[in-house]
Amino acid sequence: MNKFFKTFFLLELLKGLSVTLRYFFARKITVQFPEEKTPMSPRFRGLHAQRRYANGEERCIACKLCEAVCPAMAITIESEQRDDGTRRTSRYDIDLTKCIFCGFCEEACPVDAIVETHIFEYHGEKRGDLYYTKPMLLAVGDKYEAEIAKNKAADAKYR
Amino acid sequence: MLEIEIDGKKLTAPQGSTVMEAAHSIGTYIPHFCYHKKLSIAANCRMCLVEVEKAPKPLPACATPVTDGMKIHTHSDLAKKAQAGVMEFLLINHPLDCPICDQGGECQLQDIAVGYGNGASRYQEEKRAVPGKDMGPLVSAEEMSRCIHCTRCVRFTEEIGGFQEIGMAHRGEFSEILPFLGKTVNSEISGNVIDLCPVGALTSKPYRYSTRAWELSRRKSVSPHDGLGANLIVQVKHNEVMRVLPLENEEINECWLADRDRFSYQGLNSDARLKTPKIKFDGRWHDTDWETALAYVVKGLNGVSADHGKDAIGFLTSPHSTTEELYLAQKLARAFGINNIDYRSARSDFRADAAKQGAEWLGSSIVELAAAKSVLVIGSSLRSEQPLLASRIRQASKKGMALNIIHVADDELLMNVHAKLIASPLALVNAVAQVLKAVVAIKGGDSTLDLAQVDVSAQAQAIADSLCAGETARIVLGAVAQHHPAYSELLALTQEIARISGAGFGVLSEAANSVGAELVGAWAQGGMSAGEMIASPRKAYVLLNTEPEFDGYNSAASVAAMKQAATVIALTAYQSEGLLDYADVLLPIAPFSETAGSFINMEGRLQAFNGVTKPQGEARPAWKVLRVLGNMLSLDGFGFNSAEEVRSELLAKGDIAQRLNNSLSSIAANTAAKAGVVRVGEVPVYSTDAICRHAPALQATALAAAPVARIAADVFAAAGLAEGELALVKQGGATLRVPAHLDASLPAGVVRLAVARAETAMLGGMFDTIEIERG
Repeated sequence: MNKFFKTFFLLELLKGLSVTLRYFFARKITVQFPEEKTPMSPRFRGLHAQRRYANGEERCIACKLCEAVCPAMAITIESEQRDDGTRRTSRYDIDLTKCIFCGFCEEACPVDAIVETHIFEYHGEKRGDLYYTKPMLLAVGDKYEAEIAKNKAADAKYR
Repeated sequence: MLEIEIDGKKLTAPQGSTVMEAAHSIGTYIPHFCYHKKLSIAANCRMCLVEVEKAPKPLPACATPVTDGMKIHTHSDLAKKAQAGVMEFLLINHPLDCPICDQGGECQLQDIAVGYGNGASRYQEEKRAVPGKDMGPLVSAEEMSRCIHCTRCVRFTEEIGGFQEIGMAHRGEFSEILPFLGKTVNSEISGNVIDLCPVGALTSKPYRYSTRAWELSRRKSVSPHDGLGANLIVQVKHNEVMRVLPLENEEINECWLADRDRFSYQGLNSDARLKTPKIKFDGRWHDTDWETALAYVVKGLNGVSADHGKDAIGFLTSPHSTTEELYLAQKLARAFGINNIDYRSARSDFRADAAKQGAEWLGSSIVELAAAKSVLVIGSSLRSEQPLLASRIRQASKKGMALNIIHVADDELLMNVHAKLIASPLALVNAVAQVLKAVVAIKGGDSTLDLAQVDVSAQAQAIADSLCAGETARIVLGAVAQHHPAYSELLALTQEIARISGAGFGVLSEAANSVGAELVGAWAQGGMSAGEMIASPRKAYVLLNTEPEFDGYNSAASVAAMKQAATVIALTAYQSEGLLDYADVLLPIAPFSETAGSFINMEGRLQAFNGVTKPQGEARPAWKVLRVLGNMLSLDGFGFNSAEEVRSELLAKGDIAQRLNNSLSSIAANTAAKAGVVRVGEVPVYSTDAICRHAPALQATALAAAPVARIAADVFAAAGLAEGELALVKQGGATLRVPAHLDASLPAGVVRLAVARAETAMLGGMFDTIEIERG
């Protein structure tokens, strides 16, 4: 009997419409992307970058810990002895189509060389465009170094 | 036997054994750095501290002998605290550079720090830094700050290598490991210190910074160089051999590897590798495909046999090829109607061939050789020919083996030598005959050989006494004896000495598969020997894995024979300059790492292995090439589908052990010593085969330095030479200017000048006469 009344008077429909009506007058949370953007945590994990020291020397020492820890096997590294005797990568590739943005590479890195930036608005027109090589990663790092350093500093006290 | 208890487990241990050995026997692990089962006990790392009941302090397990009723706790609170304390001290000065350390991921210090150390360091002060050292092109000692002073490397060079090339200088915090007097480490087995180093202080220089340990796959293989057949772990990444480590085999290589076995892998990745078949026409080389190249070979072989007969074709093979390849090569040659096939390019005396009763071998197992009470080594530069066997004999000579030497030079063997008889190659037969005469005098037997002209020297008497006194005596002939122009006489005399004195005798197989090559019949049975094929040149040659200018007894004559031939077909892994010059077809074959096969080592042990990588480029395993060639020549019995099928066919010919026999059915020897100036041309340790000849790190070592003429005092004085100046060397019509050095270790009339080197390739035979002038 109770069920009959509820069905006959469309009570559930009205209940639903009341929610609609309430939000009709509530304050809007829609963000006008890309003109407007939501705030981000310093730990946000977006596009990868390779960093340099202040003197311009690349940080990466080819220890291959990121390659070893990467669960998606997205990182490929080849190492060599550079002419000055230091251990360096001759190849450092991240396949962003494989990457799952877990951030393990950043966690594993002993010298904070590989980091994930705030950049998430990037695209590739071909599959190959998302295969990032060492010069591309270093270029990202050079461009956003100030922001990366700021986020690292903001997060440092929690580590 | 003593009753002891380790962690509550009761066991018995022999009197005199240590707690460490007892713990290992029941599988209990005690952390350690300086302890190594093959080295002496130093007990200086203190990592193996364990608690022993009724002892006031923790005791080092490696240096504590077991006593009856001993109760040991390896994981008690006291033991754990002691181990964690030692670990903390070891880490005080150890740099935290694991991410760039080649040892990272396979480091004992890392593993033990995780297992037995405290989680964090309390040390805040500055760490010490130790400058890097130059130990030569093989061992990298750039990061000596990592050293924890276990002294394994020092004890290795002293005890196993025979000569302390590395030492520990200074004291306390200032102590450091360094090669002496700024010298590099030049031992032929120096690479083992890399394995021994528990940290990343001593690492491999060719491997430096190339990969991490966890990226490599481990595959088993067998060394293709000397006759020992050392077992290898070949580590591979992306179809490329990255490094080679020893696979422990107590009966063959123990846990060691010679540098030749360890670093020759660089040759496998050489740019000189031949990757496509090549044909020469119009005087130029053209890359081609296998079908065209093989059709060209078939046409060439059929053409020469139609024009000049089958006897005008010669097959030269290599004892570094696999048994399967050699078997198929001789099967192909004989099915085609050619009996001119030989693997013994480096030999010059084939007179004993008719009297052979089986394949030459060591005459015993390697373990039995090392256990003999008295050993006579005839004509062998042991350390360069058989680096690991030499180290084994060194250990045996320390434990009481009487080692006797008959050789053409008084080499520094770094071992205890009981008696040695040094004679010029022209007097080598006489030297062995002296021993025979002395043995006959002692044992009273009767030799069929004429010894009337032989005068027994004191050294020969001492050698004979030693051979007759020892309960077990063995005589072995080295590569110098095998290459010697009177090898059949040396073998005959050795057989007589062995027969009369009751000793065993054999030969030190110079290459990985010398025994296999002889067993499968890849030598002149009913045809021409390698020497005859060069002396009376053939119209066509088929070369399997051999470069006659380096592998031949007489490089000048070998090259001349190749150049006059109408066609030279080379199955080779490398496009060497010589082959590009005189060959007409180059067929790329896979080296040992890229093919399945087997080697039969000096003790007659067949060791089969699989390829560890895919063949590079268009290269193919030689057994496949020979099989297809057999099909294309329309020969029967070439339907093999795998190397295993080839192996089972060749093994079906009879049991290996029963076909090994060093004895000759008839013997003869001319024992008169001759006089004259003669060359001693040995194959340098890193020039034995094409793989090591293409390994850059080995070629950069002091042992592979450019050849110089080492000259005996009388020749040196007669030519009026001065130390280090250029001498004009004349042999077989060719001349060469090389630096001359006076060498007091050489007998009169000897000029020692290496063969198998590009610098000396224009000269003649290894033990032929030579002229020296000022030049």
